[in-house]
This record gives sequence, structure tokens and C-alpha cells, in this order.
Amino acid sequence: MEKYAIYVPRLVKKQENLAPGHRACIGCGEALAIRQAFKALDNNVIVANATGCAEIFASQLPLTSWQLPWIHTLFENTAAVASGIEAAYKAMRRKGIKLPENTKVVAIAGDGGTSDIGLQALSGALERGHDFTYICFDNEAYMNTGNQRSSATPFGAATTTSPLGKKSVGQFSWKKNMPEIAAAHNIPYVATATHGYPFDLMAKVAKAVATKGPAYVHILSVCPTGWRSPTDTINRQARLAVQTGMFPLYEVENGVYKMSLDLPKLRPVADYLKTQGRFRHLSDDVIAQIQKRVEMEYQKLLEKAKHGSKTTKRRSRAGAGKVPA
Amino acid sequence: MVTRVGVEVSIAVADAVRLANPDVIAAYPITPQTHIVEHLAELVANGELDAEYIPVESEHSAMSACLGAAASGARTFTATASQGLALMNEVVYVAAPMRLPIVMVVANRALSAPLSIWCDHSDLMSVRDTGWIQIVTENGQQAVDNTIIAFRIGEDPRVLLPVMVHLDGFNLTHVIEPIIFPEQAEVDKFLPKNRFPLPLNPDRPVAMGDFAPPAIFTEAKWAQEVNLRNSKKVIMEAWNDFNKTFGRQYLPVEKYHSDGAKVLLMTMGSSGETASVAIDELRAEGMDVGQIRLRLWRPFPLEELREAVKDADVLIVMDRAISYGGPGGPVASEVKSAFYNQPKKPKVVSFVISLGGRDTTVSAFKDIVRKGIEIADRGSKNEYEIYGVRE
Amino acid sequence: MAKSESEMTWKDLEIGCIVTEPGSARQYESGTWRSQRPTYDFTRCIKCGLCALYCPEGCIGPNKDGHFEADLFYCKGCGVCARECWPQVIKMVEEVE
Repeated sequence: MEKYAIYVPRLVKKQENLAPGHRACIGCGEALAIRQAFKALDNNVIVANATGCAEIFASQLPLTSWQLPWIHTLFENTAAVASGIEAAYKAMRRKGIKLPENTKVVAIAGDGGTSDIGLQALSGALERGHDFTYICFDNEAYMNTGNQRSSATPFGAATTTSPLGKKSVGQFSWKKNMPEIAAAHNIPYVATATHGYPFDLMAKVAKAVATKGPAYVHILSVCPTGWRSPTDTINRQARLAVQTGMFPLYEVENGVYKMSLDLPKLRPVADYLKTQGRFRHLSDDVIAQIQKRVEMEYQKLLEKAKHGSKTTKRRSRAGAGKVPA
Repeated sequence: MVTRVGVEVSIAVADAVRLANPDVIAAYPITPQTHIVEHLAELVANGELDAEYIPVESEHSAMSACLGAAASGARTFTATASQGLALMNEVVYVAAPMRLPIVMVVANRALSAPLSIWCDHSDLMSVRDTGWIQIVTENGQQAVDNTIIAFRIGEDPRVLLPVMVHLDGFNLTHVIEPIIFPEQAEVDKFLPKNRFPLPLNPDRPVAMGDFAPPAIFTEAKWAQEVNLRNSKKVIMEAWNDFNKTFGRQYLPVEKYHSDGAKVLLMTMGSSGETASVAIDELRAEGMDVGQIRLRLWRPFPLEELREAVKDADVLIVMDRAISYGGPGGPVASEVKSAFYNQPKKPKVVSFVISLGGRDTTVSAFKDIVRKGIEIADRGSKNEYEIYGVRE
Repeated sequence: MAKSESEMTWKDLEIGCIVTEPGSARQYESGTWRSQRPTYDFTRCIKCGLCALYCPEGCIGPNKDGHFEADLFYCKGCGVCARECWPQVIKMVEEVE
């Protein structure tokens, strides 16, 4: 893990386990995030992939972009398939079958395959405590099929099934908080990351995979195609999502919350919303609504991080109201 | 010396699975399969079976976990019934073309609606076209034997296909029958030692489950079909080998006093044993009638069926499922199409019986045979007869 | 070079349509997609490698002088590298064919 406390791009692993020549859109944030995530890992990984952008752009018969063992079956069962692989390796090792040392199972899926159709399988796998890592590459809609809304689509975003219209502001519900749902399963490690902060992303993915038991990483992946935004500023968009508080970066390690970035003041959400065409239609009222909600959610998170910190724990053990000497 | 024990068939099937020594069992309980997965959990908990038991949260995840396990090279088992089979339907379709050798025992139970926990073959018919090898059993011994044989067939490097073993829910799963258990050492010799040839392994990365553009999809599916057809040879080998070691022979179409009989009754599943009693009684009365029992459902044994029926004039086919709005019993439809282009074909009469667990008694079977002969003689305005419906 | 999918017979397919050659998609020239290409002023380049870290294709690597350059066989012309390069080495220009 210390290996990844580096900030020099040239020292990052050279091998591309997601080889170039894949068919992701121009400027795809998900392709970038996957590339970065697998740079943080060794080659002792088996990947289970859900149906979605990442699966399709890397796997047209008879070719593959993957240089790791990889399996895709269906849309909503990645966590279950990963459970089967993990159990198989455990059983076969016990029976003396010769297998590579320290093989890790990583399940990857989009936001649709995680927070919607894949939620049941994920919940089951987390509850059973399989030793695997689940990474959700969140581009905030069913992008592979043409930008239909998912439960991870942010409030007010225009998608094809939550279009703006005379009677609609776009997405009518607030983004489902998947990292919190994962944390509610009491798993040892949960983290949020984005490709706009690659070293943070790589450190978290490495930590997740090194953690014994289930780990969940939620990675915001900018989709310029679906979000109607310029392809060259995907990392800026990702950073603005973090800096406005719309996508906070944090970790939950054994129930203890820790913010990854110290933001003394959040940027106004309008800075983020105006970079993307999917929010172009939003009125000032709606933006104010979003601003209020984002601030409230961020405060809640800060509270958790404060109470989760070790210093606070010590203080409360000393007795209510007493300040230690 | 052979020991025969009286065991509930579900327990016996679980014990058969133990003899096969699977690596991963992923199962979700559903009536009437529950005793199978419960006993397996007990065996694992007591250390009598060294396997990873994954208590999944739905049947869809059960079959999905089996996909992952089989793809990693593990010996994999699951069991389900009716609604569970329907829920995992899309995953069942995926297992065969991905050539993952999984063994699944299906405790046949009616599909809702209305909800029924009792036996019929609607669930069996719902997975007809999934590309799995499918064996249908009639009694506990057959279920135990074929559960073991399923691993032998599926994991054979010339086959590499998932195998379903069907047994009737309640009528078999919950009855106590005399079972001869094969010896562990003999089973170990009988089962293959090889593992999946291209497993998920970081030492040799492979990509499984690529998508196929139209230019190549037909080829992929034809490869699947050719492989399923060719598996028949290995199935026969496995059954013959089983007979050599354990002394019980299974065949794709089994005959009961059918040679030379002019009228044949065709059954599939445990109702066949009740039908056999009826056949005995009818023969004692002087009727020229016999029975054939379908053991291998997929790949469908066209040659064996045609051979078994070659001297008969009338073939009365039992179905325990309806293909609504169609020509009636699915088995009868397949039988009719098996004979359509043949120079000599029997008159095929289709009966749908025993839906949702309703018993067809010995006297009912005798009635069915008589009715069947009558219908073959004078014809019927119906494509098929539904037996016993109160009108 | 493997047979293309429109030439493969059913016997050419591996069992279960499994692909046994890792990274075989490297033969696909995704560079044909672009409408703009990166151009370089390497006098400004400090060889930090950030552009390589931010490329969605993973096609940027050091050239013989150690400066980071995109492989135009794969480069889709997204412009992320030009945007992230803070010494401003890279300029995207219209692809003229």
C-alpha cells in the first residue's frame, strides 16, 4: 500500500491491462477510470464484469481488450458471479488444486448494474462476506443503451427516460446513495473516488483489493457523450463534482468515516452544473434546490466523519462533557 | 453384497451429490427441493462434504454463482424447482453456450399462476430450449444414479455442458424409497479427474462472454447445437460404463413390454411407474399394449424413439404440461414431429394429465389407454385431450 | 492477424466463444475515429507523464527522447491530454485527411 503513496505518474505501473484499441467513446471517463484502477493492482486479479459500457467496448468477438482473466455473463449478477469465483478458489485451494498465489476477485459494473438491477446480488454478496472487491463505475445513467435514467442519475439531469419537458424537470428523484448502502452492510471498506483525482483513486482501489472481506468502491466516471459535455474537460468536470460537494470523496473503514479532501468551503453547484448540457435547462430555483440539498447532505457526511474520527472516540470514552487533561 | 436402505429421495439425492464431491454448492431453497439443499448444508456443516456452500439470496444468483464457480474450474451443483427455475431462466440460457459444466437437480413443480407447490412438468418445459443436457427420472434410484452420472457427462472434455436431472416434486422428493448407494471409491473412479480446460486463472488470462455481432452469432449458436447433439455419444458411454460398474443400465428410451406391442403408452417421470401397473393389468386382460418411458429429454433421442415405436400402430403420449394455445402437450408435439417425415408412423394421441400434482391412478391410466385407442380409431376434433377436468 | 468475425467458421470459434489471446483488441485501429489530433512542443515538456495517466485509451508513452507522445494508431483525439498538460506542451489541431 505504501507503494501507492506516490504522486509521480511515471512511477505508475506501465502495463495496460485494459489495452488500447477498445471502442469506448471519445473522451470516455469510464475507460479512463478502469485503466487507472487496474494500474493500482497486480496481475493476480480475476475480473467479473456486468453488461454495460465497459463490457461492450472491450469485448467484441473475436477480440478482447482485457489482459486479465475476465468473465461477463449478464447485467445484474456480477456480485453473484464474483461470489462463485471466490468460493471456487477457496474450495479448490483447500482440496490441494494448484492455483496462483493470492488471487483477487474484482467485480466491476456500471451504476445501472449496481444500484438498480444489480442491487440484490450486491447486497447478498456483501452480507455473505465474500473476499472480493466491487467497483461501481458510475456514469449516472444507462449509458450503453443510450442515456436512460438510473437511480444514480442526479436530480434534474435530462436523460432519455427522464427528459425535460413541459411537465418535467428531468430526473425527479435524488441520486441513490450507493456508498451508504454498501456501508450499511458493515463491510470493512467503502470508498468513493473519481478519475479526476487519479492517485486518490488508485490508492483506494489498491486498499480495497488488499482488504480482507468485501470492499466497495464507487467511482464517478464522466460521460461526455451522455452528459453532453466537452470531451477534453472530463477531469475538470469530475473535480468540480467533488469540489461542489455533489460527489464527496471519502472512505468508510470498519464504520469509521474519513473525508479524503479537506474542503473548507464548497464551490457553488452551479459551477459544476453549467459544464454539462444535461443540466442546461435548469432554472435558478431548481439550482437553488440542488444547492440546499447538496449542502445538507455534505454536512451530514462531515458529522459522520467527525464522530467517526479516532480523536472524538477517545474524548467520548473519557465521559460526557469531560475534556481529557 | 449390496445394501439397500430406505431413504427419503431428497436426502438420497443430496447424499449422491456428496459422493460426487463438488467444490461449490450455490442454492436457494424452494418447495419441494428444500430437503436436498438442507441436507447438503448439514453435510457441509458437519465436515462430511468439503465444499463451499453459498446460501445465495435468490435463484438467479444461485445459477450466477454456479457460472462463476464452473468458469473457475470447480465442480458445481445447484438445485431448484418451478418459480426458481423460471427466475434463473436467463442465466440457464447462458450456461450452455458458455460450455460451463454445472449439474442441477430440478424438483419438478407447477409454475404459477395459480400458485401450486405440487408436481407437474411446466417448469421442465420452460427450459426446453436452453441447450442443457436433460435427463428425466422416475424413481429414487434413478435420481441418485443420474445425479452422479450427470457430473460424469457434463465434465467430459468432449461435452463440457451443464446437465439437468429432473425428478418429480413431492411424488419423488418426499417419498421414502429403497436406494442402493454406490461406493465412494467406485464413484471416484467413475467420475472425471479433468477440470475445465480454459478456466479463469491469472496465469493464463482468458476472456469469457464476449458479445457477438450478427456476422458471427449464427456460427456461435451452430457450434452450441453441434456440441449438444454430439454429447449423445458420451451420454451412452457414461450410461454403459455405469452399468458395467454398478449394474444398472439407463437408456434414452426405456421399454416396458413394448416390443411388438400394437399400442404403446409413452410416459415421462414418476407417473410412469403407476402407468406400468396399469399396463400389467391391461395385458393380463389380454390387451396388446406396452409402455415406453422417455429418459433422455435433451438431446432428444429421435433414433431410439423411432426404433422403439416401429411396430406400433398407436402411440398414446402423456404430458404434464400444456403449451397454451398451441397443439397441446409439448412432448406429444415433439413426438409428432419426430414421425412426420417418416415413411411409417403411428397414430399419435396426446393426453395432458396430472397438472399441479393431481394424481393419475392406475385405473385412470387404464381408462386413458382405452380412450386413446378409441380416439386413434375414430379421430377427435381436439388436438389433445385433457384428462380428468371437471366440466 | 486473426480472422475477422465475418470470415470465421463455427469450427474456428473456441469452446464457449472464449477469447484466449489477451489484449487482442490492440489490432483495432481506434485512431480512425478522431477529428482532431495532438501536436507537441516538446521544448516545454518536463516528462512528468500526467498525460499518459489521463489518457482514456492508454496510448500515450515515452518516445525515444523520453517525452510523452500519443500513439496515433489508437488516439481518438479527445483532447484530455492537451487539457491536463499544465506546461501546455500539447495543442489539438483539426485532423485533415
